[in-house]
Amino acid sequence: MILNFRNVYLDNASTVCGPYEAKGPLHKNFDKYYNDLYCKEKSFEKAEIRLLEDSIKILLRKTKLTPNDIDLVIAGDLLNQIASSCYGALNLKSPFLGIYTACATSIEGMLIASTFIDSGKVNNALISCSSHNMSSEKQFRNPTEYGSPKPMTATFTATGGASVLLSNKPSKVRVVNGLIGTIVDYNQKDAFNMGAAMAGAAADTLYKYLMETNTKASDYDLILTGDLGKYGKEILKDLMLNEYNIDLSKNYNDCGTMLYDLEKQKEVMAGGSGPVCSALVNYSTILKDLMNSKYKKVLLIATGALFSPIMLYQKENILSIANLICLEAI
Amino acid sequence: MTNKKYDALVKKHTPKENKFKYALTAFLVGGLMGLLGETLIRIYIMLFDISRNDASTYMIITFIFFASLFTALGFFDKLVVKAKAGLLIPITGFAHSMTSAALDYKNEGPIYGVGSNVFKLAGSVIFYGVVSAWFFGLIRYLWEVLS
Repeated sequence: MILNFRNVYLDNASTVCGPYEAKGPLHKNFDKYYNDLYCKEKSFEKAEIRLLEDSIKILLRKTKLTPNDIDLVIAGDLLNQIASSCYGALNLKSPFLGIYTACATSIEGMLIASTFIDSGKVNNALISCSSHNMSSEKQFRNPTEYGSPKPMTATFTATGGASVLLSNKPSKVRVVNGLIGTIVDYNQKDAFNMGAAMAGAAADTLYKYLMETNTKASDYDLILTGDLGKYGKEILKDLMLNEYNIDLSKNYNDCGTMLYDLEKQKEVMAGGSGPVCSALVNYSTILKDLMNSKYKKVLLIATGALFSPIMLYQKENILSIANLICLEAI
Repeated sequence: MTNKKYDALVKKHTPKENKFKYALTAFLVGGLMGLLGETLIRIYIMLFDISRNDASTYMIITFIFFASLFTALGFFDKLVVKAKAGLLIPITGFAHSMTSAALDYKNEGPIYGVGSNVFKLAGSVIFYGVVSAWFFGLIRYLWEVLS
């Protein structure tokens, strides 16, 4: 079901990133970066909290608002108990909703916030997300200093914090509509090929959206997925063309392949991932292009692998989801 | 789309890993480690005038020490990623797994952190090592009793 919004605008956004992202091609568009993965903190988890906190502080400065002006905070991340979001949003002292759909979190947050704003329940909402390469490695895979060889399809969790403010006050960018994704299961079991696990979810959401809105892929200046990576991107293009006869060769890209220079930064393997991967690209580069009217209408699809190591060890598949939002420059 | 069709699609877009190159790297690095170990044993025998058995133990301790030190200094993981099984299978891999886990969980304190996580990766090796040693010991014992 398409969620249509009449009165929701994207006010401003902020991005803070780590050293690998700062070396990537989009480095000029980020508000702040750290040269060290510890970000002046004692642990990687605390570093992630700081990244999220920094992004909130920068956003408040940019929008000239105080924490009291924020009606609702929605945040999510990858850590257990969404710890970074809870600790990072503590000082705001604003009503808080914690959410989780892995790397699809940022758009989930925007969809919830837009619904709240459009219904008139709140005037504005701040949506934050974060991820940290090392804290994710520690939680989902091996100890951070352990050098386990990875296949070429492995993606690299982006380090950063990103926040966006949606409001009912008109601005240059409007939230048109969106689609909440459904959980899909394509029988994927490879924890080192998240792109393959998520491409099916992206296809599912994108196809439903285009059908229900009765639009074509070419009606949008840009269609952007979150973190499918180099190979997941090809799976999606192939699937859309062969299954639904939808051509994505002209106006489609993936944030995971945009955040890093895949040729030079070999350590990122197939590309970036993590909730902040798509948020860093969307809130810095895509938003700027919308405000400069380089793009008129874009579709942002955040893809999340709902990967639980415990369920995978119990022989269950890796589930995935994709949430979609449509932004328009006015 | 059926799962079978989807799997075929995934397979089509999954790059082939160069297994031969990985195996060759592991073979060469592993061989080099063996050569280094043997050289160390000979040096220890000459230097300290000890038995080959004792010298082997010293060699293993040396390997463990340097693997742990290099892990702590932060570059052993990069070497492992390049050398793969060549460094992971020898005792260096075992030491690396323990040191990296200890480093990772030092912030959670000595009990809930380092103590309960240091064997996170090495635990399986130790457990199945002990269990299989028991079985092989039993087989050997029965063999000797029967013959």
